[in-house]
Amino acid sequence: MDWNTLLFAIFPYVALFTATIVTIYRSIYRPFSISSLSSQLLERRWLYWGSISFHWGVTIILAGHLTAIFLPQSILLWNQAPLRLYLLEITGIGLGIWATLGMFLLLWRRVSVDRIRAVSTPMDFVVLVLTLVSMVTGIIISSYYRWGSTWFTGIFTPYVWSILTFRPNAAPLLPLPFIIKLHVFNFYLMAMAFAFSRLVHIITWPLGYLLRPWQIVIALRKTRTDAP
Amino acid sequence: MNVRVHMSMLFHLDKCIGCHTCSIACKNLWTDRKGAEYMWWNNVETRPGTGYPTQWENQEHFKGGWKFEKGYGEPDAISLRLHSRAGALAKLYYNPDLPSLEDYYEPFTFRYADLFNAPENTQQPTAIPISMVTGKPLHIESGPNWDDDLGGSNLYARNDPNHAGLSDEVKAALEEVDRVVFNYMPRICNHCLNPACVAACPSGAIYKRAEDGVVLVNENNCRAWRMCVAACPYKKVYYNWNTGKSEKCILCFPRLETGQSPACAHSCVGRIRYMGVLLYDADRIPSAAAVPDEKLVAAFMDTLLDPSDPAVVAAARANGIDAGWIKAAQDSPIYKFAKVWKIALPLHLEYRTMAMMFYIPPLSPVMSAMKDGRVRLELDDPDQDFELFNHLHKARLPLKYLANLFSVGNEDTIRRILRKIYAVRIYMRRKTVDKNIDAATLQALAEAGTSPEEAEAIYRLTTLPTVPERFVLPPYHREMAIETLRDPLSHKGEAGFGYNQPPRRGE
Repeated sequence: MDWNTLLFAIFPYVALFTATIVTIYRSIYRPFSISSLSSQLLERRWLYWGSISFHWGVTIILAGHLTAIFLPQSILLWNQAPLRLYLLEITGIGLGIWATLGMFLLLWRRVSVDRIRAVSTPMDFVVLVLTLVSMVTGIIISSYYRWGSTWFTGIFTPYVWSILTFRPNAAPLLPLPFIIKLHVFNFYLMAMAFAFSRLVHIITWPLGYLLRPWQIVIALRKTRTDAP
Repeated sequence: MNVRVHMSMLFHLDKCIGCHTCSIACKNLWTDRKGAEYMWWNNVETRPGTGYPTQWENQEHFKGGWKFEKGYGEPDAISLRLHSRAGALAKLYYNPDLPSLEDYYEPFTFRYADLFNAPENTQQPTAIPISMVTGKPLHIESGPNWDDDLGGSNLYARNDPNHAGLSDEVKAALEEVDRVVFNYMPRICNHCLNPACVAACPSGAIYKRAEDGVVLVNENNCRAWRMCVAACPYKKVYYNWNTGKSEKCILCFPRLETGQSPACAHSCVGRIRYMGVLLYDADRIPSAAAVPDEKLVAAFMDTLLDPSDPAVVAAARANGIDAGWIKAAQDSPIYKFAKVWKIALPLHLEYRTMAMMFYIPPLSPVMSAMKDGRVRLELDDPDQDFELFNHLHKARLPLKYLANLFSVGNEDTIRRILRKIYAVRIYMRRKTVDKNIDAATLQALAEAGTSPEEAEAIYRLTTLPTVPERFVLPPYHREMAIETLRDPLSHKGEAGFGYNQPPRRGE
């Protein structure tokens, strides 16, 4: 067994299964521990600049990755005209840089603001470093190995599908440059950390708020019965 | 008619001595924990003042409560002042309307160990203040009742949002040393009928209990989006920065369920607090919240139902309400003060959350001035007999000020209430001190819309209530509720059931 298979065909399952199983366990048996752990109450000025840029940048880029995986045709159709390809790539890099600057701000805030350091755990720093590696490698890839939106669909869309359909084939990744492999491997490290860190709040994004009634009234019992 | 029950509290502000015993009882029982130090589920504010957190009533700034939207042909409606549904999701990553710790205060303690460990010196050692967040020394800038008894009033009392509509002359009079006036206002969560915190929670973690109307945060579902903190116009939901969960007053439901009154009410030195059940019509909530300002008080009072009306009782029974609760509603001191005698109002109905905690507005000291070294009433001699009864415009606490707090700016409502309370006082003074109830006194009672019998009843429940009269608590039958979910016998010999995990901060 070579390293490529180990890191990109076997480790993914270890990471993704850990993420899934532990997240389910945590949601059911440790629900109190799931929170976005906001620190806005303690410090809001730097959070404003850091959190908004980081979160929105990452949310949109993540959505882009998912689109390329699940709807690759849409990306290819969009990229047919070079102008649209440039537009997509520049937007991607711009969002990446915006998010990374926000991330640096958040990291700096966590280190230097007394109140924030008081509520920080070692895992918070692990998450920050993993995220930072992911974003910095992403920016390097998109600027050194251009037109990623197009070649992603040729290499990674089949690869991700091979993982998701339990027929792992890491061969397409073998010839790739180190930095791209690091980007991918770092993702699996984040998946490992997912269920054990605050990253788990990603899945609690409250889409249900768009649909639920404004008021919630809960009755313990449907009917009251008189005491004898 | 959709009859539901509600546990309500009533505060008789005339009796509040501002001792903060309620706040301490609550703090010792519920919020003496890391991350909760700055939370005052119960606090006592000096009025005029800016309250806690500072300027909480300034909804232009904090965006709490609901705003009225005139229909222009369509039915009138209300919407959250804070956000739309999509707007809430857009603001998840940073909530511009969330108060920061500076709007409360940085919780502090003192490094007492220094008093014992300091090396020998020519000066006394001191215990310096340290932050309870960071543990580092800090300069204390404010506290939860920094403006107690009008302390720093040129900063706090002067900026009270309830001064809106007061003339400059009246505002200036409020600041004169020999005319200065204040009263105390204890506040807990209002457990509203149309709570903005519930409506604002993206996770749907906050809910209203059907059994007694208590509004609770399910901390297992709370994800720290913090919208409830911003949406509550009374700023009575707090964010625990340590556990990453929101917390609020729970109306001491574990005490209520075991037949005890809430800790704040139980410990009240002035015995200003009353607890009782109210029946209300849930179908009338939408129409009562979505009415123009001038109709709010009447529409709100209309949602409260007469527990002696056979139709109401039948509808309540049909909704599965226990006979014990209906009996408690019939004996409820809150119902008497608010609906029968009509001298109690909730706080700030214009927020349209339909607060369910009631207040009896405070009386004023008689306007007086120093003349030739003697205190002299600023009333003409023939008027002094009935003092402020006919001269409420001369009351030190301006009617407009009280109206801004309790009656959506309507001075007539406040005038009617205060006149009734004054009439009761005049009548009882005649009866017990002068032993002579003259025609003028009876005339005053009639003018205030009350009768000798009613005055006696108000007097009795105001000044001489026994504990069971103040706290009319219904039977919760918690044991029956538990039995529907679990078999208590199967847990025999165990430590109990429910959550047995410590509320630790997640990673």
